[in-house]
Amino acid sequence: MLSQAFVALLSHWRRKPLQLAMLLLGLALATALWSAVQAINGEARASYARAAAVMGQDRLPSLEREDGALFSQQAYIDLRRAGWTVSPILEGSKRFGGERLRVIGIDPLTLPAEANQIAVSSAGGGMLDFVTAPGLLYVSASTAANLKDQQTPPLRIADNLPQGAAITDIGQAQSLLGAHGMLSRLLVSPPQSRVQVPLAQVAPGLSLREPSAETDLSRLTDSFHMNLTAFGLLAFAVGFFIVHASIGLAFEQRRPMFRTLRAMGLPAASLVAILGLELFTLALVSGLVGVALGYLVAALLLPNVASSLLGLYGAELPGTLSLRPSVWLAGLAIAIFGTLLSSMQGLWQVWRMPLLDSARPRAWAVASERVTLLQALAASALLLIAALLHGFGTGLAAGFALLGALLLAAALMLPLLLMLMLKLGSRLSRGPVAQWFWADTRQQLPGLSLALMALLVALATNIGVGTMVSSFRLTFIGWLDQRLASELYVSGRNLDEAKAMHDWLVPRSGAVLPIWNIEGKVLGQPVLIYGIVDHATYRDNWPLLESLPGLWDDIASQQALLVNEQLARRGKLKLGDSLVLPGGRQLPVAGIFSDYGNPKGQVIIANDLLTALYPEASRLRYGVRVDPAKAAALAEELRMAFDLPAENIVDQAGIKAYSLKIFERTFAVTAALNVLTLGVAALAMLASLVTLSGMRIAQLAPVWAMGLTRPHLAGLELLRSLALAALTFAASIPAGLGLAWVLLAVVNVEAFGWRLPLFLFPSGWLILGGLTFLASALAALLPTIRLLRLAPAGLLRVFVHDA
Amino acid sequence: MTLNKIATKFLAFHVLIVAPALAQGFAGLDSDAAGFALPQRSTGFSFPADHGAHPDFRIEWWYVTANLRGTDGQSYGVQWTLFRAALKPGEAAGWQSPQLWMGHAALTSRQSHHVAERLARGGIGQAGVRISPFEAHIDDWQMKGTSAPGKGELAELDLRASGADFAYELKLDADGPLVFHGDSGYSVKSAQGQASYYYSQPFYKVSGTLSMAQGDVSVTGEAWLDREWSSQLLAADQTGWDWFSLHFADGAKLMGFRLRDGGAGFTSATWIAAGGRAEPQPPGALKVSPLATARVAGRDIPVRWRVELASKGIDVTTRPLNPNAWMKTQIPYWEGPVFFEGSHGGRGYLEMTGYD
Repeated sequence: MLSQAFVALLSHWRRKPLQLAMLLLGLALATALWSAVQAINGEARASYARAAAVMGQDRLPSLEREDGALFSQQAYIDLRRAGWTVSPILEGSKRFGGERLRVIGIDPLTLPAEANQIAVSSAGGGMLDFVTAPGLLYVSASTAANLKDQQTPPLRIADNLPQGAAITDIGQAQSLLGAHGMLSRLLVSPPQSRVQVPLAQVAPGLSLREPSAETDLSRLTDSFHMNLTAFGLLAFAVGFFIVHASIGLAFEQRRPMFRTLRAMGLPAASLVAILGLELFTLALVSGLVGVALGYLVAALLLPNVASSLLGLYGAELPGTLSLRPSVWLAGLAIAIFGTLLSSMQGLWQVWRMPLLDSARPRAWAVASERVTLLQALAASALLLIAALLHGFGTGLAAGFALLGALLLAAALMLPLLLMLMLKLGSRLSRGPVAQWFWADTRQQLPGLSLALMALLVALATNIGVGTMVSSFRLTFIGWLDQRLASELYVSGRNLDEAKAMHDWLVPRSGAVLPIWNIEGKVLGQPVLIYGIVDHATYRDNWPLLESLPGLWDDIASQQALLVNEQLARRGKLKLGDSLVLPGGRQLPVAGIFSDYGNPKGQVIIANDLLTALYPEASRLRYGVRVDPAKAAALAEELRMAFDLPAENIVDQAGIKAYSLKIFERTFAVTAALNVLTLGVAALAMLASLVTLSGMRIAQLAPVWAMGLTRPHLAGLELLRSLALAALTFAASIPAGLGLAWVLLAVVNVEAFGWRLPLFLFPSGWLILGGLTFLASALAALLPTIRLLRLAPAGLLRVFVHDA
Repeated sequence: MTLNKIATKFLAFHVLIVAPALAQGFAGLDSDAAGFALPQRSTGFSFPADHGAHPDFRIEWWYVTANLRGTDGQSYGVQWTLFRAALKPGEAAGWQSPQLWMGHAALTSRQSHHVAERLARGGIGQAGVRISPFEAHIDDWQMKGTSAPGKGELAELDLRASGADFAYELKLDADGPLVFHGDSGYSVKSAQGQASYYYSQPFYKVSGTLSMAQGDVSVTGEAWLDREWSSQLLAADQTGWDWFSLHFADGAKLMGFRLRDGGAGFTSATWIAAGGRAEPQPPGALKVSPLATARVAGRDIPVRWRVELASKGIDVTTRPLNPNAWMKTQIPYWEGPVFFEGSHGGRGYLEMTGYD
């Protein structure tokens, strides 16, 4: 009995392959987008964890200079001879062709076991090859692939190394990086000797840094990944609409079958169990397909994500994805969970269905104004929640919750809105056909409303994200022009060279502005403190958001300081508030400047004050003001005079191009997900229209019988789809702008620490509107063609049952 | 102290770096690898140069063991070892040096056994041996010559080492001559003819301070220094060794070892008269046999021994100060102070490896 019942229930899908395809596709796509985001995030997080674990810095304390600069190897010898069991590390970056490597030099003999990441193989005298020239470079397999054809020391593969990292012997690292006799830090082994000379006596320049599993990287990139996750969820939500529509329809259409099966003695519990099994199988299949598809999408998106993470945060990601069981499990789980949620209502109805219920499908035809009103009520409640979140919520999670509440409210409000519009249309229309058209459209609304809600969500997201990105780009470009006022940015390889470059540049340029800085902690967070000289470059160009009068004079006279927007927001600083600098000096905040793309806080003080307070500040960089026409020539002359590597002289255009490239790549992912979400929404429309069209013959046949030709009817059907899409699109514009506002004024502030102005880009809406029309026309095309091809006998058959 | 012991320690040294390759064996390391110098009979020594490092030989060590008694009435044992191992013959400047250094230090009492280990690269000043004034060091551990010129670089030494839970500072003062093992310092180590250069200074009087968690203890006693270098390593069938350095109550000394293999093993010994005259014993003259084992670090270790040297009328049994004198170093071994009684009485040091 059970198996027959199962076969009978499954036969429905055989008769409605399109419906089955819709269900599977919807679920698979939704799972795919979600899984893609999970796969990318998983890859990135694993990469951060690897980076955090490099050389045990997540577990071992280390000794280093406060300013992070290199120090002499003698400090290592002195410390060892004073009883400190420390191990030397030299880190630096080195370019091999197009590949930039983070070279990490280690001493395998003293390296604590906690930090060991490579096993120097004995094959062919591994240790000897490792320590003597040309040495060995241990890299990950994907880094090795990138280094193919480059002139590197012999490569060895070591798993678990972060992308772009290369481990080699400390001696080889010193020659590769041109840092003979220099080290960047010393790892401190856990068992320290009982007899030890105090650090301050042996190596006064070094200080102890405690290990941290949470690197700056994972903290900084959190917001980036949260953005992706939010997008993944959104995509899933849109997919969920499709699934809900398909499943609802399948339940509705099988009501006669359910009744027959129950009448033949199948207990309700068994029926529900069979249906549950059926849905579970469907969810499993489409979940598997979805995750596989997700990996494909992730693989396509990963290069962009990787390059924007590299550009924004300096985070290196491998170019290839690894298959993570967690992603598979999460993907399947969300597919099954989504299916279950979508079918709950249907299963409940089957459970409670009276044995002798009507066999007729209700055909979604009950115009349920009550439901629409309830939805509107729920929307109002959500709007209230959104308002509360905006007023009292803090943190990125609250920002996203606000976003979600707004989106959902807009979606729930849509049916009421459409119904009102349709009522208005019907009131304004004349003639029976027009009146029928509006009334019939209204009648169809409950069946279509889920698909239309999905469309609204997708469109609103598109408009919102598009507006955010475009606003950001406009602001960012303007800001770059202000911020990058110097024509050339130069840096010396050491203090002497930097001084010599300064002296060489002064007679040849308009101004040589020091860009000296030191890292320190302000308000408990790491910030960069810059010193500036009093110059028109700053007075004329610096991108201030707020400032007190006489700001530049106060800074020059060491009476005030500037902070960037990030620091001001995180520290809730207002103009006039006083800020304690490392070392105790206290100065009032005289201005707040915008500092997009920079994850860290920044403080600007007078250069003389910087050097007085922090004599150890790095003094290697300068901005050079020079006639833009002569900049290139001066750069070349400087390069020749000092035999500088290319990266030590960067021109303004170079930095701008680089910054913009990062910007574009960052949002390439957003754009791709955006388009995919829209695709899923269009599919939802198609699914609903196709399934509805099959059932609408009963309603179309009387109209046809009254003399409306099939082409006329088909035209009206198409028009209806377009009208509904147009109305939905119109509703999505305010919803999208609301979204954009939340993104710019709430989410961005929480995630990055800066607020951006909102700009409107109506031309973008036009394009989107066109796309929507096209998509809904395409979605309506199939049912329309079907109607055109329907033989009159098919329409006549409707009346057979009435006989 | 045998070459084999050092051979294994050298392996230990290497294993640290090449751990995953251990299973592949040390095909390239088990014989006289190309390029390394080999000990030759009748070469003679040249001091003070030979107190220093011999980078053309694969392995070398400066090895001190001391039997001490504290003002608290307790017995103590101290070990201080500096090993040198070369990845290839010769020396180079800076990190390019193929010379690797390893230090082992231990402090043993009846209740406790403290161990520390240090590793260092040659060429950068972290470890090495200076001839004059003599100083062998790795990190802050050092063996420093303090004797007046003309008295011999090793005649007086300051010795110090520290670990996470112990430290010691000792003054060593020799009241006897250097002793050369085998054929004037050419010491044959196996039936196959492997050999090393090997001399000792077994006549140190010691005073100093031990430092442990419970406080400092002043100590006095006697110490033994071994100097040995070679390039040859273990034979494939040799599984470990048992090595004795014994101070007799009457001032005489005995160095003896047994290499264990599939058969009877290979024993060798040097009898050192109280005045310092060395009498190398022919192979097999020394007999050592285990009497009782103890469970140490999950292994059965023979901690009581019968030691016989018929030509000198010696038949003694040894017992350890602390049976748990386990060296938890990269490759672990047992090394600790012992007492002996029987035909003669005295104290000394015992080292045993290969009991896995």
